[in-house]
Amino acid sequence: MHVIEIKDLFKIYNGSHVEVRAVNGIDLSVEEGEFTAIVGPSGSGKTTFLNLLGGLDRPTSGEVIVDGINIWNLRSRKLIDFRLRNIGFVFQAYNLIPVLTAKENVEFIMQLQGRSKQERETRTRELLQQVGLGDRLDSRPAKLSGGQQQRVAVARALASKPKFILADEPTANLDSKSTETLLDIMEKLNKEEKITFIFSTHDARVVRKARRIITIEDGKVLSDETR
Amino acid sequence: MIITAIALGICAGVFSSAFYKGMANQRIEKVIKTELSHIQVHDPKYRQANDITKFIPDATSLAATIGRDEFVEGVSNRITIFSMIASAETASGVKISGIDPNTEKQVSNLYNKLVEGNYFEEERRNPVLLGRKLADKLKVKIGSKVVLTLQDIDNNITAGAFRIIGIFDTENNIFDESNVFVRDSDIRKLINLPANAGHELAILVDDNENVPAVQSRVKEEFKNLEVLSWTELSPEMSYLNEAMDLFMYIFIIIILFALLFGIINTMLMVVLERVKEIGMLMAIGMNKFRVFMMIVLETVLLSLTGGLLGILLGTLVSKYFETHKIDLSIWGEVYSDLGYDPYVYTSLQPSLLVNVTILVILTGILASLYPAYKALKNDPADALRTE
Repeated sequence: MHVIEIKDLFKIYNGSHVEVRAVNGIDLSVEEGEFTAIVGPSGSGKTTFLNLLGGLDRPTSGEVIVDGINIWNLRSRKLIDFRLRNIGFVFQAYNLIPVLTAKENVEFIMQLQGRSKQERETRTRELLQQVGLGDRLDSRPAKLSGGQQQRVAVARALASKPKFILADEPTANLDSKSTETLLDIMEKLNKEEKITFIFSTHDARVVRKARRIITIEDGKVLSDETR
Repeated sequence: MIITAIALGICAGVFSSAFYKGMANQRIEKVIKTELSHIQVHDPKYRQANDITKFIPDATSLAATIGRDEFVEGVSNRITIFSMIASAETASGVKISGIDPNTEKQVSNLYNKLVEGNYFEEERRNPVLLGRKLADKLKVKIGSKVVLTLQDIDNNITAGAFRIIGIFDTENNIFDESNVFVRDSDIRKLINLPANAGHELAILVDDNENVPAVQSRVKEEFKNLEVLSWTELSPEMSYLNEAMDLFMYIFIIIILFALLFGIINTMLMVVLERVKEIGMLMAIGMNKFRVFMMIVLETVLLSLTGGLLGILLGTLVSKYFETHKIDLSIWGEVYSDLGYDPYVYTSLQPSLLVNVTILVILTGILASLYPAYKALKNDPADALRTE
C-alpha cells in the first residue's frame, strides 16, 4: 500500500540571473513499512526533497499524495494540522526545546494534538523506554549527549503516531557509537511496529542499514534500488 | 535586565502616584479642617457680596438641630466680616471670624496650629488670634494692640482695639496672611448683630463619604438657606483631587510607554534568537495562532513579572512613607505659598495597584504584537536551515 506518491515534482529557485532546479521532476512512491535512505552528494537536493514531502516547502509543480490527499492542495491551516497528525520529523540538529525535559519535549506534540494527560504520560514513558531513555525522563537537553538528544527527537517524532517519519541527516552530528545505537532503534521500530522511515544521509553506516536506497543528483533520481 | 527596568519604572510610578496623592489629600484635609469644614450654611444672599446684614437670625438653634445628626461631629456658628486690621506700622485687609472658641474646636484644628500665645484661654478683653505671616506684615507680636475697623449692620463705621493673644501657622501663607479670629461675643457687640444670629454655620462630618447625605438632609430641613459642601465652596480643591488622579495615570502611562520599546526590543531579540526553535514548532504542527499566542503570553509574563515586582517595591516604599514624612522643608516657603504642607505622607490607593497591573498587562500585549508578527513570518524550512 502506498503511503506516499510523488508525481512529477519540481522545485525551481529563481535567483537574480540563475535558475536552480533543486528538485527536477521526481516520480516515485513509498510503501508502508519501508526503511528508505535518500542519498546523494551535498547540494543534490535531498533536504529540499524531504521538505517538499513534509509539507514544509511548496513545490513549483507536481504532487505529493499522502493517503490519497495531495498535501499541496490543502490550505495553510489544514496543512499544518496535517503535518501534526501524519508526519514525524527528526532534524539533523535535534531541535529539542532547551527549557523542557525529555519527557516534556515528547509530550508537547501530543498536547498540540489535544490528547488526554493520562494518554500523554503513558505514551511518553513507553516511547522513551523504547529509545533507551526510560531513566532520563526529567533530564533537560543540555544534560543529554548528542546521541541521547537525537533519540528523544525520534521519540518525539513517534509520539504523534505519524504515517511516516522524515529524518534529515539524523546521524550527521553523532559519533559512531551513538549512530549505531540510533540506527538499531530506528530499525527495530521499523521492523517491529512497521513504522515507515525516510531519511536523507550520506553516512555509509546508515546506507548499509537501509532496505531501499534512492540516489539523487542534480534534483533527479539517479537510481532506486531495493534490497 | 528588562525585568529590572520594568520593576524600577513601575516602582517609581507607584511611589510618585502615592506621593502626589498624599500631597493632594493633605491639602484637601487642610482645606476642610482649617479653612472650610465639610459643609457651610449661609443666608442665600450673604456670599454674593459678603453682606453682613444677610445673617441667619436663629443660627444658634439651627446649629443645635444640625448637631444632632448622627454623622455630624461638630457645628460652629461664625460671624464673618471682611474688613481692615491696622497696627502702629501698617494696615491690611482681612477676614474676621467671630467664633465661640469651644464649638469652633469641634470643626477646626486652628487651636493646634498656634505657635505662640494661647487659644482664648485668658479672660482678657477683646483678644485676637492672627497668622504668623500677618503678624510679620503688621510687625506685631503677642500682647501688641491692633485695631479692627469695620461696618456695623446699620452701615456705620466702627472700630475696636484688640490685643494679640495667639499667633498661628497653618503652613498656608495665603490663609495666615488674611484671617484673624476673635470671640463672637466681642465682635457681635461691635457690629450690633442680634444675639443667636450668625453668618456662617460650619459643619464637620465624621467621614467625607457622608457629606452628601448630611448636606441633603440639612438642605431639606432648611430650604430657605444656602447649604454648600466643601467641593462647591472650593471647586478648585475638588478639581485638584481629580487632576491628581489623572496626572498619576498619565505619569504611569508615560513610564509604561518608555518601557514598551524596551520590551519590544527584548522580545524581538528573543524571536530572532529562537528562529530555529520557532521553525521547528511550526514544522511539527504548531499552528500560527498558537505561535502568536506563545509570544504574546511570554511577553505578558515578562512584563507582569517586572510589573508585579515594581508594584511590590513601590507599595513597600509608599507604605513606609505613609508613616514617615518626606521632608520638603528646603522648599518649604514655596509649598506654603501654594497652601501645601512642607512635608508629605504618601497615600497609596488600592485601586491604583489594580489599574497599574491592568496597564502592565495591556503594555505586555501591545509590546508583543510586533515580535509575534515577526515570529509568524518565519518560514519553517528556512528557519530550520539557520545555524
